[in-house]
This record gives sequence, structure tokens and C-alpha cells, in this order.
Amino acid sequence: MFEFIKKLFGPEPSSVTARERLRLVLLSDHLSLAPDVVESLKGDLIEVISRYCEVDVANCDVTFEQQDKQVAMLANIPILGMRSRQAPRTPEPPPAPAPPPVSSTPAAAQSTAHPAPSPPKAGGAGAGAPRRRRRRKSGGVAPNAAPQAT
Amino acid sequence: MLHDVIPQEAAAPDAPAKPRGRAIVVTSGKGGVGKTTTTANVGAALAAAGASVVLVDADVGLRNLDIVMGLEARVRHHVLDVLENKATLDEALVTDKRVPQLKLLAAAQTREKDDVDTAAFRALIDSLRSRFDYVLIDCPAGIEMGFANAIVGADEAIVVCTPEVSAVRDADRVVGLLGDTRKVHLIVNRLRPELVRKGKMLSVEDVNAILRLPLLGIIADAPDVIVSTNKGEPVALDAASPVGSAYRAIAERISGARTDAPAIPRERSFFDKLFGSR
Repeated sequence: MFEFIKKLFGPEPSSVTARERLRLVLLSDHLSLAPDVVESLKGDLIEVISRYCEVDVANCDVTFEQQDKQVAMLANIPILGMRSRQAPRTPEPPPAPAPPPVSSTPAAAQSTAHPAPSPPKAGGAGAGAPRRRRRRKSGGVAPNAAPQAT
Repeated sequence: MLHDVIPQEAAAPDAPAKPRGRAIVVTSGKGGVGKTTTTANVGAALAAAGASVVLVDADVGLRNLDIVMGLEARVRHHVLDVLENKATLDEALVTDKRVPQLKLLAAAQTREKDDVDTAAFRALIDSLRSRFDYVLIDCPAGIEMGFANAIVGADEAIVVCTPEVSAVRDADRVVGLLGDTRKVHLIVNRLRPELVRKGKMLSVEDVNAILRLPLLGIIADAPDVIVSTNKGEPVALDAASPVGSAYRAIAERISGARTDAPAIPRERSFFDKLFGSR
């Protein structure tokens, strides 16, 4: 339906394409981040989140945005459903792990580029990790994903 | 690496009692966006308004400013002659045909950019500042040695940028290299308002959303500019040309005579197109 309306109005003007290309190229200039690094980061993020949730991979979007002097990573990862883990040791934990002093507000989804990419790499299969990861997932992804899941 | 080559400091602080002229480098990073045309026209407009102005062509090896000014037949000596004491400054300065308080110091055509001694070039700009109200330096494209030399004596810069992805990217790089000590302004060149309206060209807002520089002016991509370059007559001296008046407005913003925000050029009407190019 949406695609149909899009087609009705013709292709997007080339200035929009130019703006987007400019944004991306300057981003990689400023971060010294190669475009393929962004792609593999996106893949890693989706992979980690997929361990816990059913992710709509086709509609995932991970971008960086210049916000004044800072760069923010914005991840929009639609969640189709929760994955039931083999042994549900901690039933219904998402609301519980609030205590740790972390900003699990929606703002966490707009964390700066530096802290954000690291957690997926750090998240090994350690025994103590699940609790931490679940918090990241709910804080970092769910708020953005919710509107799209409908 | 490059940061080592390019001095981040501006020219020496103003000390003498006599008011020193302003040294402004016109730069862009990318080639072909209109640095030389901008230098010629802004210089001509400043001089026509009564200031004493010297245009310095720092594009050693690819001398063009004399052509755009229509002064190529008058050039006897160039910058390197002066730097190497083969000619005095007065011998090398070419006086404009139309505006006598406008002078040109041409670049060497048969030499290379690496032949310019950075310290000596800086000293030259310094001495020009004691004689002229404005020293406009036409910077070569690129960010190598020629760029480093061109900006070394300038404490202000005009970044010329066209509404293209590549030009904005290069301008962004150049703004970073100019450092925090220089006053940097922007001129958006070759704008085509009708294409912006149709969504086929980046707008001034798009460009400056990236560069975030104070805007000196917007120059339309108009036939007047090409015609005037063909003739070697700066369009800024053409009272009837809308582009000329845009250049004169830029000169007034530089001198402080004018503080209004630059206007977006008017679209060319059917009649403009019909009777346009002279």
C-alpha cells in the first residue's frame, strides 16, 4: 500500500538522494568509519538481538547521525516476538533489572557512537551476561521498535 | 600528517599603530567551484566601493586570475619573482584597467607550488597588509602545499562551495583544516533556484546544514558570469547584472556596510532568457 502511494508520486527527487549521500559520506569522513564497518556493525547488532527476540531483519535500520558536535547511533530494529529461551531460568525479567544505574530510558537508543558499538562484541556467552544483555535490549531497542511492530 | 604541514595559527597579531589590511583567503578544496571568479569579483567590488585591494594568485603553476581579470597582457613579473628578489613588489603589482586602487599579483605559470617558501610567502602577505585595505588570496584547489601556503598569511577565509555532494564534502574538510583561529565565511556559488525548487539540487540550507558557516552571499549560476569571464571583465563591475549586484552585496557584508541576510537569487524569467546573455 505504502509502496503504491510512493509510486504514485514518482521517484524521490535527486536532491533527497544527494542529501542522504552527503550525510553518509561526511559521517564516515568524521568518524573515519568505512561504510562496510557500519554494515558489519549492523549485522552484529541484529545477530545479538536475534538471540533474544524474533527480529524483522528486512526492516532493520542502523544509522549514524550528526547531532551538533556529537554523533549518535540510531537503531530501529522491529521485534516480531520474544524468543523463548531453552531454559527459562528467569521468567518475565524485562521489568526487573531496572536497579542497575544505567540510562534505560528511550534516550539510550540514541547513545553515542562510541559506547554503543562495543556491547555486542563484549557480549560473549558468559554465564553472568544474560541479565545485562536483556537490559540493553529492552532499553536500547524496544522503545524504537514498538511503533513499527504493530 | 597533514596537520603537521599546515600551520593552524593565523597571521601574527595586529600590533602596528597603522591599521593593517585584512588578509582573506578564498578557498574551497574542490577545484572548479569558482574560487578565482569569486576572488576577482569580490576584489573588484571592494575596490569599486573605494577600498584599496590587492589580489594575490597563489595558484602557482596554473595562473588564471589574470585571465579572469582581463589583465594577462599586463603581467610582467609574478609572486615568485618577488619572493626571490628578481623584481620589486611595485614592479610586480599590476594595476587594474577599470579600478586603479585594485592591483593584481600574478602567480608564476612555469613553476611549481613546492617552489614557494611558506615563511617568505607569509612575510609577503604581511607586507601587503601594511599597504592595502584588503589582501585577497586566490587559493589553489587541493589541500597540499599550495593550500598551506595560501592560507598561512590569512586570518580570514571565504569558503566557496557549489550545491554538490563532492563540493560540500571537500569544503567540510577544508573548514577543518583552516582551524579555529580564522574567521571563516561561506559563499554558495552556482545555485540554480529553479532546480532547487524542483528538488533537483541541494539548497543553500542543505549545504549550510553541513558547513554551519556565516553566509556572505549566494551567487546564481548565470550566463552573465560566463560572458564576463569571456571578456575578462568582472561581472561585479556590471551595474545592470543581478549577479554583479550579488557580488557587490558580498563586498558590503565583508566591509560591514551591510548586515542583512543574503537573498536567494531570483529565478530567471522567460524574458530574461529571451534577452539574457550579452
